[in-house]
Amino acid sequence: MAIIGRTGATPPDLTRVRPYGDTLDDGAVQLSFTLPVPFGDEAREAARLMALGMGLTEPSIYHGADLGEGYSFFIVYARTAVTVDFTKVVVPKVEGRRMTKTEIDTFISEQVGRKLVLLGACTGTDAHTVGIDAIMNLKGISGEKGLESYHEIEAHNLGSQVSNEALIEAAYRYNADALLVSQIVTQKDVHKTNLTELIELLEAEGLRDKLVVVAGGPRIGHELALELGYDAGFGPGTLAPDVAGFVAQQVVARGLATRGLLRGGKAG
Amino acid sequence: MGAASKLFLDESKVARARASASNIADSLTGFVRARTTVAVERTLLRLLGVDGIEEQGIPLPNVVVDQLARAGRLDRGVMLPFCSAMAALGLEPQQVAEAAARGELDLGTWEIHNEAEARALGERIGAEAVARVGRTAEERRERMARLSPPNETMLYVIVATGNIFEDAVQGKAAAVQGADVIAVIRSTGQSLLDFVPYGETTEGFGGTYATQANFRVMRTALDEVGERINRYVLLTNYCSGLCMPEIAAMGALERLDMMLNDALYGILFRDINPERTLIDQYFSRMINAHAGVIINTGEDNYLTTDDAIEATHTVLASQLINEQLAFRSGLQPWQLGLGHAFEMDPAARDGFLMELAQAQLVREVFPDHKLKYMPPTRYMTGNVFKGYVQDAMFNLVTAWTKQGIQLLGMHTEAMHTPHMHDRHMAIESARYILNNAASIGDEVEFKRDGLVVRRAHETVEQTMGLLEEVESMGLFEALAAGRFADVKRRRDGGRGRAGVVVRAADYFNPIEAGLRAALQLDANEASHGNHR
Repeated sequence: MAIIGRTGATPPDLTRVRPYGDTLDDGAVQLSFTLPVPFGDEAREAARLMALGMGLTEPSIYHGADLGEGYSFFIVYARTAVTVDFTKVVVPKVEGRRMTKTEIDTFISEQVGRKLVLLGACTGTDAHTVGIDAIMNLKGISGEKGLESYHEIEAHNLGSQVSNEALIEAAYRYNADALLVSQIVTQKDVHKTNLTELIELLEAEGLRDKLVVVAGGPRIGHELALELGYDAGFGPGTLAPDVAGFVAQQVVARGLATRGLLRGGKAG
Repeated sequence: MGAASKLFLDESKVARARASASNIADSLTGFVRARTTVAVERTLLRLLGVDGIEEQGIPLPNVVVDQLARAGRLDRGVMLPFCSAMAALGLEPQQVAEAAARGELDLGTWEIHNEAEARALGERIGAEAVARVGRTAEERRERMARLSPPNETMLYVIVATGNIFEDAVQGKAAAVQGADVIAVIRSTGQSLLDFVPYGETTEGFGGTYATQANFRVMRTALDEVGERINRYVLLTNYCSGLCMPEIAAMGALERLDMMLNDALYGILFRDINPERTLIDQYFSRMINAHAGVIINTGEDNYLTTDDAIEATHTVLASQLINEQLAFRSGLQPWQLGLGHAFEMDPAARDGFLMELAQAQLVREVFPDHKLKYMPPTRYMTGNVFKGYVQDAMFNLVTAWTKQGIQLLGMHTEAMHTPHMHDRHMAIESARYILNNAASIGDEVEFKRDGLVVRRAHETVEQTMGLLEEVESMGLFEALAAGRFADVKRRRDGGRGRAGVVVRAADYFNPIEAGLRAALQLDANEASHGNHR
């Protein structure tokens, strides 16, 4: 069995893991927050009590500042006695093998036999296209080219503020295999409403099973995406091959290669 | 520039680029002046004092203008039939609009039997409206003279709670901490609404609706804190999207001090129809000019979709075009907060020096302009500790190149709208660096054949080339070809084109005429005085 955690010093007890400051199990954490009370000794004491109330011990208020208008800012260091059993941690992961751009193109041409059609969009009122652009556009990000550069993928970036209805229309128009939905704005959980509505519309149209549908964004995890009815969720740090590889493998595994929206018979 | 240029710029090349931009702007003037839009006409009503909504929530300016648009009678402008009805019925502007909303009056079928009287009335109330816009500039000047002026590099922070009353408290706190400019971020999606929401609002997504009542809440709050800290605090909002000129009017009435105002931004990033928004912008900028508003342009955004290292010259080219378009509407150099940004990949070797070259170049090409410098956004991550350092590097470039408006970077940029203490930390860092490195630009010179100077010269060459290309192909065609921000927009595509109307020969718009006179635009056009 592989060694988990550090070597060369006392190994951590993986059933009782705690934060590490500079000594094993010291439980050191740092936090900062603002209280809506005027700055002063009482505010400082309130910050200390706040940390204690969180279950932290030995809180030290290392810095406090008057933000004006009755607000006070604090930087606090403290310890926690909470432990986590690392041996029991389970995280759902996007299924499938991670492939390179070349492998994906080869995979599609051999297993699908035609180009895959992928539509990307920021839906609802969301106007932040940074994420979907990084995945879709030729240039890509971090030296990894986007889906537009794939030989075996026909990628259409529909841009920002696309309504769910317009996205479905486009799915018919392009005879899409997969929809990539980006949501950056998450204030008041607007992304969840929006993402849920798309799935409902797809189901009403009888399209849900004929498409691979994935969501992405800084606050979108795989688990949340699954919960909302998506095939996968892609969080921060995702690159084009992560998405393309997943979609290609899904299309093959689910036998969608020959079905498609129009190929399956239903006309738009 | 010239002998004084720290970058040893060739003045004649910059002049050539500027001449191309001037020709590009001139090529639009005829097209724009021959047209109006539903938004421009609604703006006239707002400047006459029409406000409020009907029972279904539709703003009264929309009700009136829609009556004419539906009847296909907007080509002579709203003011002639509107003033005709005012005179014939003996009503005030607001009363006419209310009658229209109640269905008692339809300007679409209104017959003008009193044209001379209507025109005379229009001239009179139009002149009053223009004077009202001018008084805003006067009041600002008086207040700035009485209180201490903002810092030379104005520190600009955003609030974006969705609730105007929370925004007001956060704005005041930021002012106390040292911010000079408070911008209320707009609720996402408002730019695509073809009406202005009404009243004080407490719900929004990623920001707060721009309404006239919300403008007033913020203005009152910032005036109050300004008196307390003895410094004039500037208020900013978005004069962009489909209601661009209406928001210019609302800003003029409520004394906003800065406006994000850039048709090119709307075209590229909001897919607004190019014709519509360039016509809207021409009139918006006249209002901004007369109200003493500083506009902010959005070239910084080009570097969020295009590569900041390769596309630097598109920013400078667009700034030169925006400068000329602004001059055509009567704005002065001090009113031009031309946008640019610190958006290069932090992993790039000597990226800091390339940023420095760009910022110094923009400073020298636009010596009398405010310049709005934008912080890193594209390469900000959840690593707030690294983000704080990225913002510090950005602040150092500002100190070095003396930018006029410094939009402060937030180390939580990639995560959420700023928390209370994010703004505090950003202001603290900026004040520290701007003070600690105050004279660095005066003390340190660039090597004549060094990286910074060579980079700036390359950018000038590329800018000249791009502007000559745009000049020969035309601005609309250049936008369609994706020359800016790597985004392609057709002149007949995008939102809002249906709201464009070709003016009839007897189109009547005394407010525009009054603004043109106040801004001496006709004299300038005749003498090519815009070509600076």
